[in-house]
Amino acid sequence: MSSETAIPRSVAARIPLRAPRSLRERLVGVVLLVCAACSVITTLGIVLVLIVETTAFFREVSFRQFFGDIQWTPLFAKKHFGIWALVSGTVLTSAIAILTAVPLGLMAAAYLSEFANERIRRLLKPSMEILAGIPTVVYGYFALTFMTPLLQKFIPSLAGFNALSPGLVMGIMIFPTVASLSEDAMYAVPTSLREAAYALGATRLATTFRVVMPSAFSGIGASVILGVSRAIGETMIVAIAAGQQPRFTFDPRVPVETMTAYIVQVSLGDTPTGTLEYRTIFAVGMVLFVFTLALNVVAHRLRQGVLKDSVQ
Amino acid sequence: MDSNTPKKQGGSLGESQSNRGASWAEKTFLAICYAALGLPLLLLVVLIVDVVIDGWPRLNWAFLTNYPSRKPEMAGILPALVGSAYLMLLTAAIAIPLGVGAAIYLEEYTRPSRITSLIELNISNLAGVPSIIYGLLGLELFVRAMQWGRSVVAGAATLALLLLPAVIMTAREALRTVPHSLREACYALGADRWQTIWRVVLPMSLPGILTGVILSLARAIGETAPLVMIGALTYVAFLPNSLKSPFTALPIQIFNWVSRPQAGFHTNAAAGIIVLLALMLALNGAAIWLRVRLQRRMDW
Amino acid sequence: MEPALKIPDKGSPKPELKRRPDGSDPADDPAAPQIKMFAKSLRAWFGPAEALRGITLPIRKNCVTAIIGPSGCGKSTFVRCLNRMHEVVPLARVEGEVYLDAENIYGPSINPIAVRKRIGMVFQKANPFPTMSIRQNVLAGLSLQGLRCRAPEELVENALRKAALWDEVKDILDRSGVSLSGGQQQRLCIARALALEPEVLLMDEPCSALDPIATAKIEDLIHELRESYTVVIVTHNMQQAARVADFTAFFYLGELIEYGKTETIFKTPQDPRTEAYITGRFG
Repeated sequence: MSSETAIPRSVAARIPLRAPRSLRERLVGVVLLVCAACSVITTLGIVLVLIVETTAFFREVSFRQFFGDIQWTPLFAKKHFGIWALVSGTVLTSAIAILTAVPLGLMAAAYLSEFANERIRRLLKPSMEILAGIPTVVYGYFALTFMTPLLQKFIPSLAGFNALSPGLVMGIMIFPTVASLSEDAMYAVPTSLREAAYALGATRLATTFRVVMPSAFSGIGASVILGVSRAIGETMIVAIAAGQQPRFTFDPRVPVETMTAYIVQVSLGDTPTGTLEYRTIFAVGMVLFVFTLALNVVAHRLRQGVLKDSVQ
Repeated sequence: MDSNTPKKQGGSLGESQSNRGASWAEKTFLAICYAALGLPLLLLVVLIVDVVIDGWPRLNWAFLTNYPSRKPEMAGILPALVGSAYLMLLTAAIAIPLGVGAAIYLEEYTRPSRITSLIELNISNLAGVPSIIYGLLGLELFVRAMQWGRSVVAGAATLALLLLPAVIMTAREALRTVPHSLREACYALGADRWQTIWRVVLPMSLPGILTGVILSLARAIGETAPLVMIGALTYVAFLPNSLKSPFTALPIQIFNWVSRPQAGFHTNAAAGIIVLLALMLALNGAAIWLRVRLQRRMDW
Repeated sequence: MEPALKIPDKGSPKPELKRRPDGSDPADDPAAPQIKMFAKSLRAWFGPAEALRGITLPIRKNCVTAIIGPSGCGKSTFVRCLNRMHEVVPLARVEGEVYLDAENIYGPSINPIAVRKRIGMVFQKANPFPTMSIRQNVLAGLSLQGLRCRAPEELVENALRKAALWDEVKDILDRSGVSLSGGQQQRLCIARALALEPEVLLMDEPCSALDPIATAKIEDLIHELRESYTVVIVTHNMQQAARVADFTAFFYLGELIEYGKTETIFKTPQDPRTEAYITGRFG
């Protein structure tokens, strides 16, 4: 027995093995579970808020008025609730953004994954991330005060507020999302597939387009869908540069209003809570939420598929 | 491009053939690729140069310390700066405990189960919800139901919920970098789970967690839409003095100025953007500095 | 003798501490030392894979017991079961009984944390806490358990002396634990375990990552530790087992093949597999 130590052996030996699990351990577990549950509560909160207010909205406005009209004038005396006017604005700006971001993003991804060396890759990927980190209100300023005047030199009929300029800027904003996720998917394609193609005499270019890109299809698809989802939910760029005139059009030169811009417009005004006008933003928000959620779920499924494939 | 340097997968195999005769098709393709990468980066440069040219002349001490004004040349961003600072501190105070707690729960406290995979799925879905939807939640939950009004705390709570998925994800990654052997050493010394986490795992993952949180805050400082929703004011001639006081924030002030037709306010917006970008840059720099410093202390 | 020999509840058999447990203990003789721990039909799994297939083995007090066997034979799993560390790994499962003195540590209402306070462990790879100084590392067990110590300096010195590290680190106690060499780190981990005054010390291949000089130091240390502790050491190095152990158990494919006094096992092994292993024909 060691009698010279600060803790005599007898103390250690007396530690009862049957000591109950400490209360603190259980308490901490509960507190941490509550923290983790906060994210679930947030989701439930969002869904609940949207459902409650949207239900109240549809008590006064019929589905037919909502889905069967192409005019959106809830803030005017003669009210129309045709959501398609806002949806067309969203679809138009998002389509322009996607048409900008996807070709650029895929080319960039192909280059970084298949042609660039490691040094260039490590330099360029973070630089692209800067683009995704710029606040959207800054992009909005850029679209309104730089891009639109620039484009007007080439397209004289372009209005001061239009869908084209914010669409293009939004494309630049989501370019890193598309490029980075596509690059991940292409980079993950097994080398053996490339070897097989080279063994058949294929060039690097042909291998990239015929072998790598098809193999990474679901990952690339997921990146595009996430890009679309971000474009649809993007608010400040379109609120600043696309205008506030809901209209059912696919002309990129004229002012339009997106779903997000409408929500901003109403909340900037002095709309009293509890009125029909106030509830419109929740109805629009519901449409927006359903759209983006559906896209995110599809993208998630596609990426899960990628993971499963790469395990095999 | 230099295809002589050694590289990882894929392309490396084709090097010999591509070196000898990179076809014109491949050269064209590469040219397009450079354009695809260069164009967005060029636009980034143009954006920054454009903003600096527009806003630099307006940027002076008075601009930083003045209250907003009807006259663009008199207007300043003091309430917006102070409001953003309040907002960031409060957001961090809410988001860090919740996010790190959730990360610890998922990484350390529980074993994979249906509940944890539900929470994980939920977090990844939340990360994709547009920020303006969080604004709707904040408006109903914090401003109306909790009756916090259009206040700093309502704004911070909304931003905290918005940041939560990102904070949870980075904190989980940081926790995963702590070697399992250290947890075992701790358990073998008779420590329980919380002692292991508090005394060993958290101190070691602190650099990663802090870096991630600061990077998230750097993003949050530019968030505009949710704050517009919960009703941050655009004309505030006072500084926030309590949790419940009305406020404005830098991006809101910029948005307000951009939305005005007068060119003078656009200049103000550009100057405000310079300040905002500088703040973000400073936060990013702080994150990198912190990571390097704390890591060095740890490696010894 | 331990003062409180409690009989485990609900008919689970009390281990026959002095007698041959099930005939598999040829080392038993009236002069053999008292049994400190006793594993009975111990089975362990990683998910669906069975790592231990029913081990019955005594651990004798104030002796060094070596566990040898080819890699993957379950020897590490076995010692991890002795202080309930096996279950820290996700999907790991244990069945059977392990007695510490007279109490089944897998019995109902046993707190594994209390078990680990009485049974110390040293791991294959030295794992001092990087965020703590050498001094804090030695005191880690106490501070982690929230215990206050009357004379911390004395405790640190004693533990480091017992781990034969004191002379090398007495002037740099405030440096980080990971600034030491590999062998010193491992001895620091031993000191950390000894500072808690455990009754049993489990060592899972403590020398596998060390050079011969560091290994020799730790082996000398184990010799001395036997005076006041019960030691179980897992090793893949048969010479080491022969040098340090009083008793040796040979594991193969999750089963205990042979157990006995070290010299008996190495000189006159009963089982052909033991003989094949110690003569270097496999493993």
